[in-house]
Amino acid sequence: MSNVKEILFGPIFNNNPIGLQMLGICSALAVTTKMSVAIVMCIALTLVTAFSNLFISMIRNRIPSSIRIIVQMTIIASLVIVVDQVLGAVAYDISKQLTVFVGLIITNCIVMGRAEAFAMQNPPGLSFLDGVGNGLGYSVVLMSVAAIRELFGSGSMFGIEILPLVTQGGWYTPMGMMLLPPSAFFIIGLLIWALRVWRKEQVEAPEFKIGPHTAMSHS
Amino acid sequence: MEYYLSLFVRAIFIENMALVFFLGMCTFIAISKKIETSLGLGIAVIVVQTITVPVNNLIYQFLLADGALAWAGFPEVDLSFLGYLSYIGVIAAMVQILEMFLDKYVPALYNSLGVFLPLITVNCAILGGSLFMVNRSYNFSESVVYGVGSGVGWAIAIVVLAGIREKMKYSDVPEGLRGLGITFITVGLMSLGFMSFGGISL
Repeated sequence: MSNVKEILFGPIFNNNPIGLQMLGICSALAVTTKMSVAIVMCIALTLVTAFSNLFISMIRNRIPSSIRIIVQMTIIASLVIVVDQVLGAVAYDISKQLTVFVGLIITNCIVMGRAEAFAMQNPPGLSFLDGVGNGLGYSVVLMSVAAIRELFGSGSMFGIEILPLVTQGGWYTPMGMMLLPPSAFFIIGLLIWALRVWRKEQVEAPEFKIGPHTAMSHS
Repeated sequence: MEYYLSLFVRAIFIENMALVFFLGMCTFIAISKKIETSLGLGIAVIVVQTITVPVNNLIYQFLLADGALAWAGFPEVDLSFLGYLSYIGVIAAMVQILEMFLDKYVPALYNSLGVFLPLITVNCAILGGSLFMVNRSYNFSESVVYGVGSGVGWAIAIVVLAGIREKMKYSDVPEGLRGLGITFITVGLMSLGFMSFGGISL
């Protein structure tokens, strides 16, 4: 039972796909200027990861290992087509704002990475939970970045005004920088820093140790 | 001619795949520790991008778009929902063919690219290039220019980042920021730099 809990909740903080495994960063940044768009992206990615893990795990013993990448790709691409068509029918405006990024879920490393690393070795039930867990880990990062960018960039959350803007007679001058690409990199860098201050064991080993100052001893 | 030049410059600098659209980030961050390897990867991306974007353009125009099958006698068939599956198939096949071709005729380049060549299949910049091409309805010649330009832009970005990281490994970075964290901040600063190209129009 604790195993299930670990698989489902481990990826959220302990083994976060973006913060530690370095997977799926591509789309994490591009769709985070508005929370309403980001949450749709999160739901889409969690569903695709969970179901691709489930299906790949179900047929894992029948896939010849030489063509497994193509098989995984086909399953993932079919799931993404389903998600894309449903989005286009149900939430047309948001699917227009996501442009190509729904399609890019196919090459999102989280989906491929979990299929290859987890679903190929584990039974369907656990693989499904692993997919949901990693989807949630991704969502936590995506939603925090989106919350910061939307709050400070346009003074609102989910489109509801929180900080009244100067242009509408309030006091808050929006930071235009927050809506531009560079801010996403800064925010995610700082989030990783915060996560690693809290969880010390995730700190990377230094490539070089800076030696003690020895110039004096020679003189 | 001027139009194509402007499209080319825009694809490299103003709409840089890596720094403005965040595409191919996973490999961008993971394989930018050394200039040599990142240069090899950059060249591989340029080659694959130059081939796949025009090929996908042809497939879209003559097989998938609404009414594109008119030449085969099916004027009301719209296969555009099969897009993702076809593009990723083309990309995987192209990478495989390129790998076999290089192995046979240019073994030196094949050996230096090594494991990066198959990795390109799952690089979002490649699929992203094809999807943008469809999204902005480029014609064939535009798609050739866009393919080359976006590949070059990505390659420039990764080589520059590798150059910075090679110098940076000697610096004393705060503990929690080491590795991934400081790389993101660096990329953010680079992205800020690339934004200054925004005003250019030819």
